[in-house]
Amino acid sequence: MSATTTAPITATPVRTTRRPSDRLRAWSTRAPLLPALVFMIVVTQLPFVATLVISFFDWNALYPKARHFTGFDNYQEVLTDADLRHSVWTTVLLTAAVVLLSLILGLALALLLDRKFRGRGVVRTLLIAPFLVVPVAAALLWKHVLYNPEYGLFNGLLHYVGGPQPDWISNNPLLAVEASLIWQWTPFMMLILLAGLQSRDNEQLEAARVDGANDWQIFRHLTLPHLRRYLELGALLGSIYIVQNFDAVFTITSGGLGTANLPYTVYQSFYQAHENGLASAAGVLVVIGSIIIATFALRVVSSLFREEASRA
Amino acid sequence: MSTVAVRPDSRRKGVGLGLVAWLVGILFFLPIAWMALTSFHSESDAATNPPSFGAALTLDGYREFFGAGGGASPWPALINSAVASLGSTILVLLLALPAAYALSIRPVKKWTDVLFFFLSTKMLPVVAGLLPIYLFAKNTDMLDNIWLLVILYTSMNLPIAVWMMQSFLAEVPVAVIEAAQIDGARLPTILARVVAPIALPGIAATSLICFIFSWNELLFARVLTGVVAETAPVFLTGFITSQGLFLAKVCAASLVVSLPVLAAGFAAQDKLVQGLSLGAVK
Repeated sequence: MSATTTAPITATPVRTTRRPSDRLRAWSTRAPLLPALVFMIVVTQLPFVATLVISFFDWNALYPKARHFTGFDNYQEVLTDADLRHSVWTTVLLTAAVVLLSLILGLALALLLDRKFRGRGVVRTLLIAPFLVVPVAAALLWKHVLYNPEYGLFNGLLHYVGGPQPDWISNNPLLAVEASLIWQWTPFMMLILLAGLQSRDNEQLEAARVDGANDWQIFRHLTLPHLRRYLELGALLGSIYIVQNFDAVFTITSGGLGTANLPYTVYQSFYQAHENGLASAAGVLVVIGSIIIATFALRVVSSLFREEASRA
Repeated sequence: MSTVAVRPDSRRKGVGLGLVAWLVGILFFLPIAWMALTSFHSESDAATNPPSFGAALTLDGYREFFGAGGGASPWPALINSAVASLGSTILVLLLALPAAYALSIRPVKKWTDVLFFFLSTKMLPVVAGLLPIYLFAKNTDMLDNIWLLVILYTSMNLPIAVWMMQSFLAEVPVAVIEAAQIDGARLPTILARVVAPIALPGIAATSLICFIFSWNELLFARVLTGVVAETAPVFLTGFITSQGLFLAKVCAASLVVSLPVLAAGFAAQDKLVQGLSLGAVK
């Protein structure tokens, strides 16, 4: 790789007598990187530091004069408040259900699409479409057009077979949100897993087939181990996006009926309740949760990254 | 598929599985097809149970959405979304291209560490910085200003763009660049003649993916904009509570707002995975 070509320069141990031209050259290499780097630090890291600071203050925007330092009180309140604790649990449930189910469905679809058949390109396009509907529009579609108990499509179709006419959202609010998200995220998982399937070693598959392995054996002993990394990647990237989901919860249930997840709660506690300190503490907790997921995600991405680099 | 020995029963199984794939594809597409059909129905035909599949087609839903019935026109919101998405995508390209160059073609020391720093900022949830950004905007009179969204969407997409561009630029063979240098070509010539032709399709796909993410964004827009800088997704939130018979209008609105994303997504289809997986999958 290109990294190795710079290695000899860095290895020369002439640190004490480094000439100014070397330093100039190093800076000219770094210069193109700096605008992007500075931009990211200013726009993403500074606000987080501010959040961290605010989280230690008792600060309601409606009573700005009463602002004072409270140490870990906000965290204690967040962790003991029944509503907030419930929203942590909701976030976990929502993320786990959506990621797992769309991963399983995505795997099944990827396996189907990995075979050649007539119109494969069309089917692939049909399957990607749900992912390309604006999230708010998709949530509106599910809320009004599919779930509506009186004239929604689901009850309309049930009507034909003389089935019951349930009120989908009221009966199972969290499930209703999850179903719409699974519909949107299955294509994402399918795309990643399909890329994984298509990077399999064809010679190895042929050899296994010649040796008399059946489809299940090939799937169990060759495909699945090869797909492990891709499954992990899909699960982790999916988790990062769905932990942060706001659109579906906001649109379908407006955080009601026990579906408020952490992003929605943070939004509500400062946008509607003006509790800046509490919102910040909850925000910091979301970050800690994300860091735990992200550590694993970064490890998976970096191992795939190294694998690709070594192949290139 | 192997050309050697296709047994008849395995061929029949192949056709069967192809049919299953078609069935599932249609099932997944059904809500969108139904949304499209409903958008062309009259409001009374849209709200029947059982559904009226063969009802007469009309453009009333679209007329209503575009404000014919006296409602607010969606045009300002659509234009705001276009400004925020296109503006941030251009800014992303201006920042990401040089950065990717410094991470691939002429890499800085520890370039992988820098690359992973960019990735780690993507894992910081939006809510982590939302409140300080809101307070900052409020105190500097930047609330309800579309340019604030341009800045924020740039920060949201820059890590993805840097990762994707890095992987596209790394595909440019170093030997070709060195050969051009030996022939006496200067940097602008090398960028235009050697790097651009190889990297251009990737740059186009990156732009489309950044455009999609900006166009879709709701949380920042909802918190930081109001009447003036409202974006299309915020406009759509006006349909959250039912307003009598309004299904055809909702369907028309959802479809119109999603059209740019559907178009950009299908155009970038082949590079979509690479973008969404931050370049980890090729």
